[in-house]
Amino acid sequence: MSKYSMHLLVCGGTGCRASASDAIVENLKTELEAKGLSDTVQVIMTGCFGFCEKGPIVKVSPDNTFYVQVKPEDARKIVEEHVIKGRKVRELLYVDPKANEVIEDSKHMGFYKKQIRIALRNCGFINPEILDEYISRDGYLALGKALTEMTPEEVIKEIKASGLRGRGGAGFPTGLKWELSRQSQSDKKYVVCNADEGDPGAFMDRSILEGDPHSVLEAMAICGYCIGADTGLVYIRAEYPLAIQRLKVAISQAREYGLLGKDIFGTGFNFDIELKYGAGAFVCGEETALIHSMEGHRGEPTLKPPFPSVSGYLGKPTNVNNVETFANIPVILLKGSAWFSSIGTEKSKGTKVFALAGKINNVGLIEVPMGTTLREVIFEIGGGIKNGRKFKAVQTGGPSGGCLTEKHLDLPIDYESLVANGSMMGSGGMIVLDEDDCMVSIAKYFLDFTVEESCGKCSPCRIGNKRLYELLDKICKGNGVADDLTRLKNLGLVIKDTSLCGLGQSSPNPVLSTLENFMVEYTEHVHDKKCRAGECKALMTYSILEEHCVGCTACARACPVGAITGERKQLHVINPAICIKCGACLEKCKFDAVIVQ
Amino acid sequence: MSSVKIELRKDQIEKIHEICKSFNYEGGELINVLHKCQHEFGYLPAEIQEVVAEQLKLSVAKVYGVVTFYSFFSMIPKGKFPISICTGTACYVRGAENVLAEFKKQLKIEVGETSADGKFSLSCLRCVGACGLAPVVLVGEKTFGRVAPDGVKAILAEFEQ
Ligand SMILES: Cc1cc2nc3c(=O)[nH]c(=O)nc-3n(C[C@H](O)[C@H](O)[C@H](O)COP(=O)(O)O)c2cc1C
Ligand code: FES
Repeated sequence: MSKYSMHLLVCGGTGCRASASDAIVENLKTELEAKGLSDTVQVIMTGCFGFCEKGPIVKVSPDNTFYVQVKPEDARKIVEEHVIKGRKVRELLYVDPKANEVIEDSKHMGFYKKQIRIALRNCGFINPEILDEYISRDGYLALGKALTEMTPEEVIKEIKASGLRGRGGAGFPTGLKWELSRQSQSDKKYVVCNADEGDPGAFMDRSILEGDPHSVLEAMAICGYCIGADTGLVYIRAEYPLAIQRLKVAISQAREYGLLGKDIFGTGFNFDIELKYGAGAFVCGEETALIHSMEGHRGEPTLKPPFPSVSGYLGKPTNVNNVETFANIPVILLKGSAWFSSIGTEKSKGTKVFALAGKINNVGLIEVPMGTTLREVIFEIGGGIKNGRKFKAVQTGGPSGGCLTEKHLDLPIDYESLVANGSMMGSGGMIVLDEDDCMVSIAKYFLDFTVEESCGKCSPCRIGNKRLYELLDKICKGNGVADDLTRLKNLGLVIKDTSLCGLGQSSPNPVLSTLENFMVEYTEHVHDKKCRAGECKALMTYSILEEHCVGCTACARACPVGAITGERKQLHVINPAICIKCGACLEKCKFDAVIVQ
Repeated sequence: MSSVKIELRKDQIEKIHEICKSFNYEGGELINVLHKCQHEFGYLPAEIQEVVAEQLKLSVAKVYGVVTFYSFFSMIPKGKFPISICTGTACYVRGAENVLAEFKKQLKIEVGETSADGKFSLSCLRCVGACGLAPVVLVGEKTFGRVAPDGVKAILAEFEQ
């Protein structure tokens, strides 16, 4: 990167590209060209910076200026003011909402202060489509070190000592998994990267693949060396076209440089990587289902054991790891297991990437040491709740997880603490909810998801979840009875105990944890027929305010079922027995006379 | 499902043959073959599945089983501008349901249907990974972020001419 004195880094993640960041890159290049600066200032399209809320983002290095919500037409100002005259474009700088202060250097942003970036170390710094940039940041050094200076046993020992655990959800110790895969005897073995990322509302694996694909390829090769495999497969969702394209570019560049293929670093070690595509099925994130899907079958899970490390893809020993797990590997080998295990809590080492979304000010991608509290994540890094509303809960672990509330805010986050409190780490999705969210509806939303995604192979999951959903739907529609709450709980526990795979074993979690933490809301729905968040339409009643009604008859004419009566210039009345709560009257009334309670 | 029989043209059948050949007629590549076919033809009607089954030496039932298992595969033709509403969690809590309702109302179609003029079709998907822009709507390849129900008309108008 040395020939240039300044770099303009433009985010090229899916979110920022949706807001025209390609056009920003084009315009910056044109402006620089016009000013004869193309040789001294370089424009780089990077992976995600994480601060998606305020995208598209342009960062200037070396001075760390952080421009937010940049539009293509701002390119001229950035070049003329910042690049040429050295004056920051103030109106594009990030303003800290709490202190109401313009932030000049991104290091001082509350969003970045508490973060430690290991898995995301290169995201937002390098152009993911240029291998030299990865190499300039110690890329493929770890693979070189492993192949030339270490035995496979030594590498495995190092990974074990680091305490790294799988980031795909279950938290299984990675070193141990590699050791088991190594011990399986076979003529052929496979390394599989699980890039299915099925949790809706989570996007960390995608961001790593888009922003730093080589870190995953390098780690897969290291894994291949350790377990004795010469083939790697990345199973990636077809919904991630940009990540697929970046992976393809990265694989072909690595082959060109001899970092994949035959006789890598002249050591006689062969390793190559292919892509396999998912086709939109959540259950395919489960490793046995994933393997069946790669073989071209329906993605239905099978009982374990045998574990994939014994019998996996095409019946051969297969080591499956998550994208983020792999992204940690090269750094561990370079900086050592002692350094890695100094970060985090007693049983959960290192960092975790979370995708913060929902009713939070700073939606984005963050990486924090294990043991960081929810309060730090939500209020310091996340900047608190949107529109000054009140925090209600945070859902971690997606459809398999549970919700945590106010009383859990000071809980240090790690694998154990989340499970102990009725939730789980999952892949790292964190959806923040505020007082306008109805917890019964949220549970129903997740159950709707599970019912749709259940593969149908085992009956507890196929039938049980459907019944759970129906019960929740009944409650939301105002038809719930007291017994339904016990039924929800009992059925939920049975499904957990008897389902075939992790999908069913965890799908009742959102119901059980909202029952545990928000029983009041359930009883309000069932006994008082009230939804305090105002989300359950069927529990609302429409009425007309006497003081506001002028008798214009607009509402009566709009009502599709004739529930509204009243003479011209007289007060109108809604008959609740006929009203279907469609909201047509509310839309039509010009005098704010229709109210919903 | 309404099953309108379609007649594949000779060149279309040849195209399927070509796709199967490019994957060495391997049954294990079924999903990749189907991805390619859907990319080529827009959807996977029974007639295409039959050709694929015959070429890969699989039963039609097996191919049908795979097509119907994965939500990415569709057996009905998409509109010229396929509209996908993200109903992932982040988009859901930021009001995706109301946006979806507005699309249904404007287009007078349900999810999984195509408008009578063949222009728009409506589907839901779970998270495109642009959660910062929730609620998110895709029309073809174009992403729209922070969509509110009253912005739906303007989006449709962009593709109307
Ligand atoms: C229903 C279900 C969905 C899953 N989805 C994913 C996923 O999207 N990505 C992932 O990496 N692991 C997922 N897993 C976990 C995998 O089965 C497996 O444990 C993981 O890929 C192992 O990698 P790790 O040890 O590096 O975490 C899922 C598990 C279940 C039961
Ligand atoms: S939930 Fe809609 S983009 Fe992620």
